[in-house]
Amino acid sequence: MIEQLEPKAGVLARKDAIVAGLRRLLPDSAVISESLRLKPYETDGLPAFRQTPLAVVLPSTTEEVAAVLAFLHREGVRVIPRGAGTSLSGGALPMADSVVVGMMRMNRIVDINYADRVATVQAGVTNIGITQAVAGDGYFYAPDPSSQLACMIGGNVGMNSGGAHCLKYGVTANNLLGLRIVTIEGEIIDIGGEYLDAAGFDWLGLLTGSEGMLAMVTEVTVRILRAPEGQRAMLVAFSSNEIAGTAVDAIIGSGIIPVALEFMDKPAIHACEAFAHAGYPLDAEALLIIEVEGCVAEQDDLLAKIAALCQPFDPISLRVSQSAAESLAIWKGRKGAFGAVGRISPDYLCMDGTIPTSQLPFVLRRIGEMSAQYGLGVANIFHAGDGNLHPLIMFDANEPGCFERAEQFGADILTLCVEVGGCLTGEHGVGVEKRELMKVQFTPIELDQQRRIKSAWDPEWLLNPSKVFPLPDAPLPKVAILEAA
Amino acid sequence: MINAPEDEAGIVSAVRAAADAGEPILVQGRGTKLGMLRPVQAARNLSTRNLTGITLYSPKELIVSARAGTTIADLEATLATGGQHLIAEPPDLSALLGPGEQTIGGVVAANLSGPRRVAWGAMRDHVMGVRAINGSGETIRSGGRVLKNVTGLDLCKLLGGSHGTLAILTEVTLKVLPAPELTGSLMFAVQGAEEAVRLLSAGLCSPYGVSGAAYLPAEASDRIAWLKGQGAVAIIRIEDFAPSVEYRLGRLAAELGGALLDDETSRAVWRAIRDVLPLRTEPGDAIWRVSVRPSNGPRALMAVTLAGGRGYLDWGGGLLWAAGPPGIHDAVRQAALDGKGTWTVVRAPDGMRAAVDVLPPEPAPLQRITRRVKAAMDPGGILNPGRMYAGL
Repeated sequence: MIEQLEPKAGVLARKDAIVAGLRRLLPDSAVISESLRLKPYETDGLPAFRQTPLAVVLPSTTEEVAAVLAFLHREGVRVIPRGAGTSLSGGALPMADSVVVGMMRMNRIVDINYADRVATVQAGVTNIGITQAVAGDGYFYAPDPSSQLACMIGGNVGMNSGGAHCLKYGVTANNLLGLRIVTIEGEIIDIGGEYLDAAGFDWLGLLTGSEGMLAMVTEVTVRILRAPEGQRAMLVAFSSNEIAGTAVDAIIGSGIIPVALEFMDKPAIHACEAFAHAGYPLDAEALLIIEVEGCVAEQDDLLAKIAALCQPFDPISLRVSQSAAESLAIWKGRKGAFGAVGRISPDYLCMDGTIPTSQLPFVLRRIGEMSAQYGLGVANIFHAGDGNLHPLIMFDANEPGCFERAEQFGADILTLCVEVGGCLTGEHGVGVEKRELMKVQFTPIELDQQRRIKSAWDPEWLLNPSKVFPLPDAPLPKVAILEAA
Repeated sequence: MINAPEDEAGIVSAVRAAADAGEPILVQGRGTKLGMLRPVQAARNLSTRNLTGITLYSPKELIVSARAGTTIADLEATLATGGQHLIAEPPDLSALLGPGEQTIGGVVAANLSGPRRVAWGAMRDHVMGVRAINGSGETIRSGGRVLKNVTGLDLCKLLGGSHGTLAILTEVTLKVLPAPELTGSLMFAVQGAEEAVRLLSAGLCSPYGVSGAAYLPAEASDRIAWLKGQGAVAIIRIEDFAPSVEYRLGRLAAELGGALLDDETSRAVWRAIRDVLPLRTEPGDAIWRVSVRPSNGPRALMAVTLAGGRGYLDWGGGLLWAAGPPGIHDAVRQAALDGKGTWTVVRAPDGMRAAVDVLPPEPAPLQRITRRVKAAMDPGGILNPGRMYAGL
């Protein structure tokens, strides 16, 4: 169950007039208000929570977005920005009185400029779509969230998405140069552009990761990078999580920053192997996927150095990928991890805390203890180099009370992350899922400061409401309770 | 008189006292960048220079935290013990702005990045956490001490580049990386900026991880001892493990030609480029930093030169350092606009600083939001009023 702010009765009562107003602004096919056709928009990548919105609009241009927002602002209607709906934190969960503004029709590559190494695309282009548009010429767009086949760049900006390769290449914020945004008042503003350093305030940085609460993004200018000459992955298996964690420390401490450094524990190895047949060692307690880049000689040199660094920790096995196909299978297992866990458990919750990497062995041990205490299995799979954990809590929603137990287990893990010096979310965003836990990470003064900045952009709090910030708790406003699916 | 408290509590009480009195504060670290942007008229003068010291250094976690008044020299010395460095290679602008040691708080507040920005991101990209005091004297933290964090609004980025107008940084946490084992460069004799930027672009578009790409006209290269007499040159840098640097420089030389600069020369030359030593300035000159689309760099440099100024290009053509008489400001501004970019007045005579747009004005709808964000963080408008924009 999740609490939402109370829907505005006046807006619900004026549904027909609001839909008619939207139809005056957009082609008929771009406005959806029939309950059956609204169904696909009632949830996102966190399907435990569902809510049918008032209506959905699918604009095709920035100008249409501006007209829609100006109209909804005048009418006092709440707005839910939506990309592909892959948010794992409920970032696109509608409210009953809200209009969802979906970006899927804004899927055009606007410009590719190799000389300046930038590309400008509409917000509804998929993450992989950018790389596919430039791969033929030897370029790529670096952030690569696991959902990259589906997720859209506009949503990546909203959540400041990461991926397996951000240890070297950074997250979305580090790969953006410009945005075209629409404010809740319907004003179109260009932020940044095809140059490296914006003079003045860093609105680009503030908007990135603001979870659709400050403005809607309609166009994005990203840095594209020339692909390295090659890359190769290595699998190193260890007899315990602690030993694998220590090996991670040794690698980073040596001065080598692999382009990716991923960690899986035993339950994750088994789930992923059953799905991807990547040849993961099933007798291992922990597995590292380490990827390096460069020409073959550079790869050989780095992989040999890393292998030597791992030797003191008595790896159970150490295997270097021998072909592009083998590397692909190795990554297929890792990137399909969430789906793979979905095959062995009726339901799962994916957590996303980040911890200082020195705390890895301690935190993994504590998660194991909590798993026993809650009686719920957990598979750990994460970006080890940057300490971004993804514990997958397995549960069965049909068992009464099980979802609530899983939620509490997740909250305990995230609280632990904050206690050891980390944070609630490394790349998935706060959304509705971690909203109440914001009080664990921030003081009331800090939360108020963030709320005031939100108010500066969106004075009436119409953009993506009921997200990120704990709902007001004193005095408690009337809240609608949504049933967990 | 400068009030320079020894701890954060002292900053808090100074801000509260000023807020109660309704008196503006000139906020500074060691004051090395007071000549940048617009002058601040303030009754009070508050410095973070005595908030010093590294509070956390964890090389294996690629993380360092330092109080805002820690000098860059002290920070770099600490990182050197772990074989690491500041990724964005912030410039030391004392050749332009007068002698003095800059603080990490000032560098973050000005979001100053050096040559490596072209490959590895700006200063603001590596700020993982901040502690700051807003205009109401409240302590605000954002981010943390981990490498990936999307929890709440990213005030690290908002405060980076805000020049102390929204809050006073008291501590920053940065991502750091291993310092490269070897540096090497290729230098090309060129006819002019167009040819240079074509070469730089070829380097940056190669798979070899170029981490520096600059064009120095003859007058600029003459000001670097190691390059004296070389004429106009384009320079490309590679930094990494030694075998990689040797291999990649070899490949680039095979594809593009050029003369090799060894590790020592390369480090010295790029330090000079970083610190803007190639730019000749006269006492009454103004100095601009112009950021444009890299392929537009040559035209921007040409426009500045024709107007009576001079300059050189970094970031593959995307950064123009320019100097000249204050009267060419309009030409510089137009060159930035034509290059689809922006400008920052880094130094200028006082009259000019107060009279011109030291930064590009924001469009009207954004100005309204900016004023509201300023009010959200500094409701009394007491922190560095007018430093970036008149009336803000």
